[in-house]
Amino acid sequence: MSKPFLSIERLTQKFPDGQGGTLTVFENATFGIEKGEFVCILGHSGCGKSTIMNILAGLAEPTSGVVKMDGYEVSGPSLDRGVVFQNYSLLPWLSALKNVTFGVKAREPGWSKAKVEEHARQYLAMVGLEGDVVYRKPSQLSGGMRQRVSIARAFANHPKLLLLDEPFGALDALTRGTIQDELLKIWSGTGQTVFMITHDIDEAILLADRILLMTNGPFARVAESVEITIPRPRSRTEIVEHPNYYAIRNHLVQFLGQRSKELAGQKSDSTELRPDTVRIDHTDAEAVENPETSPRLRAVNE
Amino acid sequence: MFDNLTVNQRAALLSVAMLVVGLLIWEAAIPAQKAAGELTEYERLTGGGAPKAGVPPPSDVLTKAWEQLSNPFYDAGPNDKGIGIQIGYSIYRVLTGYFMAALVAIPLGFLIGMSQVAYKAFNPFIQVLRPISPLAWMPLALFVIQDSEASAIFVIFICSIWPMLINTAFGVAGVRQDWVNVARTHELGAFRTAFTVILPAAAPTIITGMRISIGIAWLVIVAAEMLVGGTGIGYYVWNEWNNLDLTSVIFSILMIGVVGMLLDSAFGFLQRAVAYAE
Repeated sequence: MSKPFLSIERLTQKFPDGQGGTLTVFENATFGIEKGEFVCILGHSGCGKSTIMNILAGLAEPTSGVVKMDGYEVSGPSLDRGVVFQNYSLLPWLSALKNVTFGVKAREPGWSKAKVEEHARQYLAMVGLEGDVVYRKPSQLSGGMRQRVSIARAFANHPKLLLLDEPFGALDALTRGTIQDELLKIWSGTGQTVFMITHDIDEAILLADRILLMTNGPFARVAESVEITIPRPRSRTEIVEHPNYYAIRNHLVQFLGQRSKELAGQKSDSTELRPDTVRIDHTDAEAVENPETSPRLRAVNE
Repeated sequence: MFDNLTVNQRAALLSVAMLVVGLLIWEAAIPAQKAAGELTEYERLTGGGAPKAGVPPPSDVLTKAWEQLSNPFYDAGPNDKGIGIQIGYSIYRVLTGYFMAALVAIPLGFLIGMSQVAYKAFNPFIQVLRPISPLAWMPLALFVIQDSEASAIFVIFICSIWPMLINTAFGVAGVRQDWVNVARTHELGAFRTAFTVILPAAAPTIITGMRISIGIAWLVIVAAEMLVGGTGIGYYVWNEWNNLDLTSVIFSILMIGVVGMLLDSAFGFLQRAVAYAE
């Protein structure tokens, strides 16, 4: 059995519920991510997505379970796991450029000042920030520009795993679209492994290789892993024309609208904790499948 | 007629007007000295012919100020030094005590701000020591230190320490967790986190504490120097009172205000330099 690059095994998180008992947010969450994969996780609020993200980042400790990356158990934060936070988390007293060099200096302590700055400028340019704008403080930048700086800071560090916690949640729809395109561009150039939380189904389909679906909490679990069978490079205007797009979208909407509730609280059978793999592909004429009746391939990670 | 002036220009004009009117009222309110007329022998013997001591008019104070400020650093013996020398002594004591306090308060404030245990352990001491009037330490300081100069500096030290300590602890404890997480995900060590993230994040609050402290220190030095004597602007005020030289007393009161304002604006400048907008 070959282990995936990132393997999350039997992750369980319990919090005190404030009345002396404990609240199990999620239980035995188990899944894997391959190197170079872009994986999105979808689920209702309260299912513990952000907690999973914090555990992967090393900022929180799970009640039980392990996270292994490259075969080693993850504990504590590390430069190998870069994080883009929803609220950007830029340091407000530093300029955009200094915010990026802050990260590069931490990653490459041996580099000269000039090299650090050149590297930072290169990544800022990749997200469309060039010229005088890099000398501005975050308070003088729009929300979209701040998130661009944050993305540049994360990519410039070449982490083995990039964690994006609802990075576009606070942005308006148009800005969100532009930055999604920039994220795709910068990602396709680096082959970075990305794990991203989102609430936006269309965003997930546009960006991801695979979408993990979580049931509602408490006792949430990762129930399905939906492959996005739309070839890359993708663009937002073209993917909606693809025959698989609405089939996948409908499946996701159905899950989040109905089945996430029905499956909530059910304990997964103890022998198989990995999510069911769902593959919806209408491009092959002979294998036109209804997503509801399609055979579920299980445990593609193993 | 003032329509084309900026807000600042109008305010400046109004300030000057208030100053002029105030000075005129003061000048006019001083009763003219009665000319010594025919006096009985008894009146002459009891000093009735001498002008009665009164509050000097502003014109006298201005003359005195001109005289003093045109030669601020003369030194004609222990009881007759220029105003510049006296203020210099006071500033030297204030800054010495103040920076010693900063050296203790800022690192300790960092510790208290970062550790719940340290906060709870230090808090009772801070709460009891903080409300003590700094001058109440003076007898103890004089007895223990046995040096009036050092005792004055100690009093400045003890009064400057609290606002800096409390503001530093408050600023450090209030640093947003997001920024600390940025440091953690970049694997910064404790020292680099303290200097590159927590210090700049807490700097505006820390400088505010330092600004409050320098104000208090300047208030206290006058009183402390009145007690310990010898040199300094506080001693100067008291000495001129003993000389019944009210003109010098009023002039030195004004100088205390001007120096206090300069010290405060220096920290105001520093505050603007470290301020950031979120």
